[in-house]
Amino acid sequence: MSHILEVRNLSKSFHGLRAVHEVNFDVGEGELLALIGPNGAGKSTCFNMLMGQLKPTTGEVHFQGENLVGKYPRDIWRKGIGRTFQITATYSSMTVVENVQMALMSFHRRVYSMLPYAHKMYKKEALTFLDMVGLASQSERHCAILAYGDLKRLELAIALCHNPTLLLMDEPTAGMAPTERESVMQLTADIVREKNISVLFTEHDMDVVFGHAHRILVLNRGELIANGSVDDIRNNPMVQEVYLGGGNLFDSDEAAS
Amino acid sequence: MELFFAQLLTGLANAATLFLVASGLSLIFGVTRIVNFAHGSFYMLGAFIGYSLMQVLPGMFGFWLSVLLAGLVVGVIGVVVEILVLRPVYKAPELFQLVATFGVILVIQDLALLIWGADDVLGPRAPGLKGIVRIMGEPVPKYDLALIAITPFFLFGLWYLISKTRIGILVRAATQDREMVGALGVNQAWLFTGVFFLGATLAGLGGAIQLPKGGADLLMDFNILAAIFVVVVIGGMGSLPGAYVAAALISVLNVFGVTFLPQSTLVLMFVVMAVVLMIKPYGLFGREEVAGEHGQVGEPERPIKPAGVKVRLLVAAGLLLLALLPLFGSDFSQVLTSDVIIFCLFAASLHFILGLGGLVSFGHAAFFGGGAYVAALLVSHVDAPMEIAFLLAPIGAGFAAFIIGWLCMRLTGVYFAMLTLAFAQLIWSLVYQWGEFTGGDDGLVDIWPSTWLNGTTPYYYFTLVFGIGGILLLRHAAHSPFGYALRASRDSSRQAEATGINTKRIQWAAFTFAGSLAGLSGALFVFSKGSVFPTELEIARSFDALIVIFLGGVKTLSGAVVGGASLEYAKDFLTRFEYWRLTLGLIIIFVVIVAPEGISGTLRKVAERFGIIRQREGES
Ligand SMILES: Nc1ncnc2c1ncn2[C@@H]1O[C@H](COP(=O)(O)OP(=O)(O)OP(=O)(O)O)[C@@H](O)[C@H]1O
Ligand SMILES: [Mg+2]
Repeated sequence: MSHILEVRNLSKSFHGLRAVHEVNFDVGEGELLALIGPNGAGKSTCFNMLMGQLKPTTGEVHFQGENLVGKYPRDIWRKGIGRTFQITATYSSMTVVENVQMALMSFHRRVYSMLPYAHKMYKKEALTFLDMVGLASQSERHCAILAYGDLKRLELAIALCHNPTLLLMDEPTAGMAPTERESVMQLTADIVREKNISVLFTEHDMDVVFGHAHRILVLNRGELIANGSVDDIRNNPMVQEVYLGGGNLFDSDEAAS
Repeated sequence: MELFFAQLLTGLANAATLFLVASGLSLIFGVTRIVNFAHGSFYMLGAFIGYSLMQVLPGMFGFWLSVLLAGLVVGVIGVVVEILVLRPVYKAPELFQLVATFGVILVIQDLALLIWGADDVLGPRAPGLKGIVRIMGEPVPKYDLALIAITPFFLFGLWYLISKTRIGILVRAATQDREMVGALGVNQAWLFTGVFFLGATLAGLGGAIQLPKGGADLLMDFNILAAIFVVVVIGGMGSLPGAYVAAALISVLNVFGVTFLPQSTLVLMFVVMAVVLMIKPYGLFGREEVAGEHGQVGEPERPIKPAGVKVRLLVAAGLLLLALLPLFGSDFSQVLTSDVIIFCLFAASLHFILGLGGLVSFGHAAFFGGGAYVAALLVSHVDAPMEIAFLLAPIGAGFAAFIIGWLCMRLTGVYFAMLTLAFAQLIWSLVYQWGEFTGGDDGLVDIWPSTWLNGTTPYYYFTLVFGIGGILLLRHAAHSPFGYALRASRDSSRQAEATGINTKRIQWAAFTFAGSLAGLSGALFVFSKGSVFPTELEIARSFDALIVIFLGGVKTLSGAVVGGASLEYAKDFLTRFEYWRLTLGLIIIFVVIVAPEGISGTLRKVAERFGIIRQREGES
């Protein structure tokens, strides 16, 4: 399997706090890779460095052979990486479908255009993305009144708009009921298989992780302590230790979110 | 050298007042996040009340007692204002409260006029400190020395209060994290009231203590306002030592400016502020704003849709009525309506960046007046034909907005507002002091339209076409991808940036666009009046537009136009009466309290409740 993302010696410290330290990993083509670890392990910080929201203290991130460090999120997005946020970020003054249309307008480089009516642009396309994540029936609703789980779905739809090759998903199922988690994760797995997208995701629910991940990375206090298949990780004593020490391996949902 | 030292002392003495007033403003902002425009009015009241007290309390003891009492009385007035006017609107959208405080300014202006009359009063000299002393041969008033000696005690006293007492610890905690104080079980409402008392008291003390130097007059509220904002911003919002250092810096520079660069006095302060903010965006002692602190408060804005058939017909009918006005209306009604349209365009252009972009600009008059001056300068210096001047005005204003926007764009929230204010003041003072070129205070006159537009009615139609055209253009832009990208940048810059939108550049472009449309309204203005004066660039002009937008409703597209029309017509009607400010101020406060969504937002809600227009699904 060829790698589309290569992360080398990635580190970030905040005023002396080593949030992420010398992390190395690769993401393969079409791979569903989970990044797990207790609260504060540095998962979101990793995501922020991959997508350009944070500048790494040291280290490199190669995407399809190109170093991403120092680039703006918007430029990294154009190269074909999409992401969702742990704390959802959507446009609360717009309708659900307009949120997706906005991303499409940006993708087609129309954001400086002043002539057409925006609410008509790429609407059909936007609706197909909403349909994909199961939000079609809510497309005309005001985004500010959406349930949290639906906001997560909306973010996924937005992130799919530019046909990404790599998707970063920060806790895609946080705040959802267990059954909904499963369905959202299944949905994601189907979409990415169909479109051949690679996914790096963080998740606190071990059922979701063990059920869907092809491979798992374990982060603890900023350091990568394990990297292997589902079975490897499940039986890795060090991982057990970290999680049991934190007290939340196999029933972690509520404590974590 | 001797002169240098004497001037340094004068500057430091002047800093006393500035520090007292500014530290009050800073405290109020730090804790309540309210930009209190009425702070200058508290200062003015302190001066007048102190003056009256000094008439009845004799001697040295009486003088200082009067100062103290004036401070306390103003403090109580501050409490009254806080409880009656501000408490009802704490939950209103960000910065909405400043409209209420603007209403308070108007009310206090007329009350002061009513009580103390229109004449300036000369402050009594401080008993026991009347003469001068010679320091290195230069005369220095004794009172100045007293002020220099007192100020550190005030600074120390305040510092002690804030950092050593329980109240102070609460105040500091509230400055840093308002939710936490609530969680600690402290009654936030009373904490706010207390801080208002303290802040107003300081302003009152500042007003009373400067009586022997400056006396009292009815313009001092606005005159000090710009200076204290500058001090607070340079020092860093909420920082007491910052306020002191900045007050000293500004006052001393000012004294030297008067001596060595008399042309520059007005500009100097704002140049210093602009330089400081560009190097240290949060002021000398300020800390970075915690993100989200200024996020949208209240109900989220609703999705927008281009007007439906019904509304379009209504607008068309309105336009038809306007077009027919010359048939049945007087010349005066045409002039008044032109004024209203011009003002509405100006307000709508500010609404574009403020309402849709979330960029609160306190200096939008720079582009209105800027456009007017570009046209007027072209006409009077190079004899440009009106058509050319009219065309170049929005371009010139847009260019100014392009430059100023670039300089301001790295700041956000109140700091952005202050920097735009600083640049607007910079332009104002340039125009004011560069008399040979701009006519200075006398303005530029004889700027009339071409012959084919001579007369009231032709120019009325001209205004109608370009004014309404500009407003419709802004409206259309709001519904275009550009307008959507602007709202996206405001709603979630994180998501926007992560999906390819350069949010700062979008905002910059919007700022430029809005600036050029303000310039268009300025051009319409100058040819309708035949003249332009520096007042068109003043803070008060910027505030007019700001007030109108909040009154009309920030979160509705029609807000600026509805508010603009209401205010202009109301002003025209009210200014016929003697105490029109009082009335207008009370009306503004009333609207703010009963209609925190603004006029059009509230009208829409009422209409929805009674089923006149359909409520969108899921919205309350
Ligand atoms: N901007 C920041 N400034 C300072 N410290 C930060 C910042 N962002 C994160 N941290 C710290 O870095 C560490 C890692 O945080 P991060 O958000 O990456 O953890 P996480 O693994 O995503 O945790 P969670 O499961 O709670 O989301 C934490 O100790 C956090 O406090
Ligand atoms: Mg996280």
